[in-house]
Amino acid sequence: MSLFLTQSSIGRKLVMSITGLFLILFLTFHMCMNLVAILSAEGYNAICEFLGANWYALVGTAVLAAGFIIHIIYAFWLTVQNRAARGADRYAVVDKPKDVEWASQNMLALGIIMLAFLGLHLYHFWSKMQLVDLIEMAGGDVCSQALENTTNGFYHIVNTFSSPINTLLYIIALAALWFHLSHGFWSALQTIGFNNTTWFDRIKWIGRIWATIVVLGFIVTIVMFFLDGFFGLNILPLLGA
Amino acid sequence: MAKSINITLKVWRQKDAKSKGHFETYHLENISTDSSFLEMLDILNEKLVDEHKEPIAFDHDCREGICGMCSLYINGHPHGYESEVTTCQLHMRKFKDGDVITVEPWRSRAFPVIRDLMVDRGAYDKIMQAGGYISVNTGGTPDANAIPISKEIADEAMDAATCIGCGACAAACKNGSAMLFVSAKVSQLALLPQGKLEAARRAKAMVAKMDELGFGNCTNTGACAAECPKSISLSNIARLNREFLCAKLKD
Amino acid sequence: MSTIDSKIPKGPLAEKWTNYKNTQKLVNPANKRRLDIIVIGTGLAGASAAATLGELGFNVLNFCMQDSPRRAHSIAAQGGINAAKNYQNDGDSIYRLFYDTIKGGDYRAREANVYRLAEVSNNIIDQCVAQGVPFAREYGGTLANRSFGGAQVSRTFYAKGQTGQQLLLGAYSALSRQIQKGSVKEYTRREVLDIVLIDGRARGVIVRNMTNGKIERYAAHAVVMATGGYGNAYFLSTNAMHSNGSVAIQAYRKGAYFANPCYVQIHPTCIPVHGDYQSKLTLMSESLRNDGRIWVPKKKEDAEAIRAGKLKPTQIKEEDRDYYLERRYPAFGNLVPRDVASRAAKERCDAGYGVAPSGLAVYLDFSEAINRLGKDAIKAKYGNLFQMYEKIADENPYETPMMIYPAIHYTMGGIWVDYELQTSIPGLFAIGECNFSDHGANRLGASALMQGLADGYFVLPYTIQNYLSDQIQVPRFSVDTPEFEEAERSVVEKENRILNIQGHRTVDSIHKDLGHIMWEYVGMGRTKESLETAIEKLKDLKKEFWSNVYVPGKVEDLNIELGKALRLADFIEIGELIAHDALNRNESCGGHFREEYQTPEGEALRQDEEYSYVSCWKYTGEGSAPELLKEPLDYEFTERKTRNYKN
Ligand SMILES: Cc1cc2nc3c(=O)[nH]c(=O)nc-3n(C[C@H](O)[C@H](O)[C@H](O)COP(=O)(O)OP(=O)(O)OC[C@H]3O[C@@H](n4cnc5c(N)ncnc54)[C@H](O)[C@@H]3O)c2cc1C
Ligand code: HEM
Ligand code: SF4
Ligand code: FES
Repeated sequence: MSLFLTQSSIGRKLVMSITGLFLILFLTFHMCMNLVAILSAEGYNAICEFLGANWYALVGTAVLAAGFIIHIIYAFWLTVQNRAARGADRYAVVDKPKDVEWASQNMLALGIIMLAFLGLHLYHFWSKMQLVDLIEMAGGDVCSQALENTTNGFYHIVNTFSSPINTLLYIIALAALWFHLSHGFWSALQTIGFNNTTWFDRIKWIGRIWATIVVLGFIVTIVMFFLDGFFGLNILPLLGA
Repeated sequence: MAKSINITLKVWRQKDAKSKGHFETYHLENISTDSSFLEMLDILNEKLVDEHKEPIAFDHDCREGICGMCSLYINGHPHGYESEVTTCQLHMRKFKDGDVITVEPWRSRAFPVIRDLMVDRGAYDKIMQAGGYISVNTGGTPDANAIPISKEIADEAMDAATCIGCGACAAACKNGSAMLFVSAKVSQLALLPQGKLEAARRAKAMVAKMDELGFGNCTNTGACAAECPKSISLSNIARLNREFLCAKLKD
Repeated sequence: MSTIDSKIPKGPLAEKWTNYKNTQKLVNPANKRRLDIIVIGTGLAGASAAATLGELGFNVLNFCMQDSPRRAHSIAAQGGINAAKNYQNDGDSIYRLFYDTIKGGDYRAREANVYRLAEVSNNIIDQCVAQGVPFAREYGGTLANRSFGGAQVSRTFYAKGQTGQQLLLGAYSALSRQIQKGSVKEYTRREVLDIVLIDGRARGVIVRNMTNGKIERYAAHAVVMATGGYGNAYFLSTNAMHSNGSVAIQAYRKGAYFANPCYVQIHPTCIPVHGDYQSKLTLMSESLRNDGRIWVPKKKEDAEAIRAGKLKPTQIKEEDRDYYLERRYPAFGNLVPRDVASRAAKERCDAGYGVAPSGLAVYLDFSEAINRLGKDAIKAKYGNLFQMYEKIADENPYETPMMIYPAIHYTMGGIWVDYELQTSIPGLFAIGECNFSDHGANRLGASALMQGLADGYFVLPYTIQNYLSDQIQVPRFSVDTPEFEEAERSVVEKENRILNIQGHRTVDSIHKDLGHIMWEYVGMGRTKESLETAIEKLKDLKKEFWSNVYVPGKVEDLNIELGKALRLADFIEIGELIAHDALNRNESCGGHFREEYQTPEGEALRQDEEYSYVSCWKYTGEGSAPELLKEPLDYEFTERKTRNYKN
């Protein structure tokens, strides 16, 4: 039975949809967690500690990574299949119908932007936090300063967003994410069959609003830290260090 | 009121599926704006025949938007820019004097070109043969009023059933997906009590055939529904997904 | 001289079909597998027959010209299908449907056939519903009905304005199921060019593959033609572009009688002609006459002002409108049969009251119905027809009345068949519009779909067994026999002959000439003189075709012009037959109106004493006049009256 997840188009789409929804859920938590950093460094670091190199966080990370990897592999696989299905000759003139969202036709491009960003993001945070812990646990050589900062997420945030370039890259990636989700959210529900004529527009709007909340949440955090660092305001976290 | 316009046509000419195709340019003068797009092509073909050239091959039959035989990708849209019409219902009054009109065949791996603008849509028939029916023999059926069907359900089934099998959905789709077509038939029959009994089997068989024939994976871009001359709704695709997934999960 | 045996079973009218079925010969299941049947056509008649024969276990070969069986011309039927269900409790019955059809056909149909048609009509609806045809329903869940011309009950079942589409898709789905099972083999984009006879029986066909021009041969124990009507002999008609009469003509040349060719139906509500580039005419379903009222201006000045574009129809006051159908036929009003409505429109236009710049149009007005029922109700009933009208005419029929005019629509005449639907060639059957059987001189609305499906689902699958039962010993045929050789040779020769003319006229230009001759001289009103003129002109046109047509390309290739030329050659022959038959029939009946034979009020005047027969035309060779055989029509069960739709 499970063969249909690879062998049938709707099965493959189901995999995209479930992984996509899972990633949305993850991002929603991630965004909420980030908001904590605005309020309290301690609170934020407590979460970081909770999500350090312990078994449940590792399982979580593994599942998350698997979700990403499956989503990405399927994304490329589906795209290759879909291009082949168009046939050898391309249309000379194409004109997008007005009801078709731009994002829906550029999901892979948006995904690739996010993928590039993901590398950067992992370098900025994960490589300095959970990875260091892991290396250390594996008996690797880690300098003590680095080890100390593995649970100091707050420090890494401040560090990363003091750079205007980083901030800009993050905002670009978040814009891509918004477009990806503005289509992805309702598309995922449509794929699992959760849609009908009455709910059609409603689901589209719920998707857009959800995407906007998630992306805005991230952007608020980033921009506040950037302004705080760049202009040396030092008002963050709002509830004091 | 009728007036006439001059236009330039760029038409795809291709000997057969294996040959390489190319565009050819034709100028047409004094085309009445009351004539239909296909009548305009008739005029062009008459001219070509008069010049002892080979006429352009294109499919058509009813010329009133119901048989689904006409096709043509006109200026980037299957059945032209206007919504809810087939190519044969498109009239020249929708074009302006001096327009350049590019006419291409449906392009999709599952629809190989036969000649010029004529393509082979036999794949849609094969999908129907895989399960697009209710298995009932002639005779021995119950009285037509024996099973009442609410007007809403009957109307919804009817809306799905209006698909003319033209192939514009797959032609418009960047993924070459036939989901709108398949979902229309699956929906029509799944909605009606007569068709419910076989709904799971039907959804699985039709989707398997669709995949086998080389159509792409639907990513819900919705170009199909936007270009469908019969306004078949995307909610049918959701129903197909539902029917298919439920069927698979029960296996 | 040959005699005509229509093989009508004995017994009272209502028992004939049952008696027939009780005593006919059948083929047992094991033998069915050994018998091959060719079915030409995938319209309602062909698809339903092929599917049912396949279900029964025969081995079926099914051909059509379109790229898919689902695209046969039946798909275009709009209004509905009749059945004597009496779901509305308005007094309908099998007998009443029978009677209406006989009367509507102006007493020129066979009683036994029509009664059988009415009898099986109810099974058709049951069958279609079981297949998933989404007929219109009432809120309570039961089936809805509307009324059609020539009837005082509501017995027409419909699926929006797309009834033909839904019925054909039902038959196509049954056919698809058999194709999947392997009992039917489907051949699309194939044009049958000839029927092959072996020892006087139909045993196969010669086919042109339309994608590459290759000639193919197929053999079978019996051949069924379901190729539709020949209305395109008039060039402009409501028929699809590929509708043709070629297989009928080939059958005729091989000895099948062509019956009543002059009974051609002119439909009153079509969108008027608007230019000489026009390729076809579009029907506005008869169902519109349920709610639309037909009128022209009462005053000639108003009509002239409208034609000149100085007045709009909406500016004409109620009292200045002439609702001429309601005036002339108070009992049936706008719902008189088609022939009556068409002639009335022509009469008004000829008298100078026509609208549209050409003066060849009348109004079909919905304003009263919209006021009474609301725009939404009208939209729900006729939305797609209104949209279709707007696309073509560029006017909004919710705001201004539609303009309509009669156009060629349906051919009641066709290949002669007996009660078993067998032609005069043993083993060759004809079903659907291509036979002449059930509509007499005029078909009522919503009865063609009924007849096509009756023939295909419920009649032919029985009657063909009566023929096949003594064929079970006959082994499968080879296509390498001299008969097939000869048939293929003559087909290829004909193709080459046409291609080698290399004249100066395109096929369509000659076809348009044919259309003009037919419409002008063999159209709605015919006279002895006009018909004689037509026969002369057709002779010249035939010569013109065979000496001056130009067809480009090669024989063995996809060659659209060659296909059209082959069909045109046959249309010219049909045109001649129509004119001959019309000239022979010195009376007016149904769709055949001879101006010499009318009542003082302009109604058709039948000559029952002399013409109560089916004219069966027998081919006697190239260039010689066809021989007329008569099948007498004895009315045992109904009294023949003058049709009266006035009171
Ligand atoms: C616009 C319109 C609306 C109508 N509306 C109604 C209505 O509301 N109610 C009603 O009762 N009737 C209606 N009619 C009439 C009715 O639709 C037709 O009479 C009926 O559908 C004919 O069906 P058929 O199966 O006999 O032939 P068709 O449907 O014409 O099918 C002919 C088949 O034969 C094939 N064929 C023909 N020639 C060849 C060849 N040489 N080789 C191979 N194959 C061949 C074609 O490919 C096709 O498959 C309407 C007709 C028109 C034109
Ligand atoms: C944070 C990360 C991501 C989230 C939340 C996310 C979410 C989603 C969702 C919900 C869908 C819709 C699934 C469906 O239609 O059933 C989707 C589709 C898609 N995603 Fe992502 N995605 C993410 C990252 C990526 C990445 C990194 C790539 C590619 C490199 C990618 C490529 C695609 C593609 C190509 C599709 C369209 C395919 C389809 O609809 O079948 N995504 N995504
Ligand atoms: S779904 Fe629409 S576009 Fe696709 S085949 Fe049917 S009518 Fe054509
Ligand atoms: S020709 Fe039939 S739909 Fe266009």
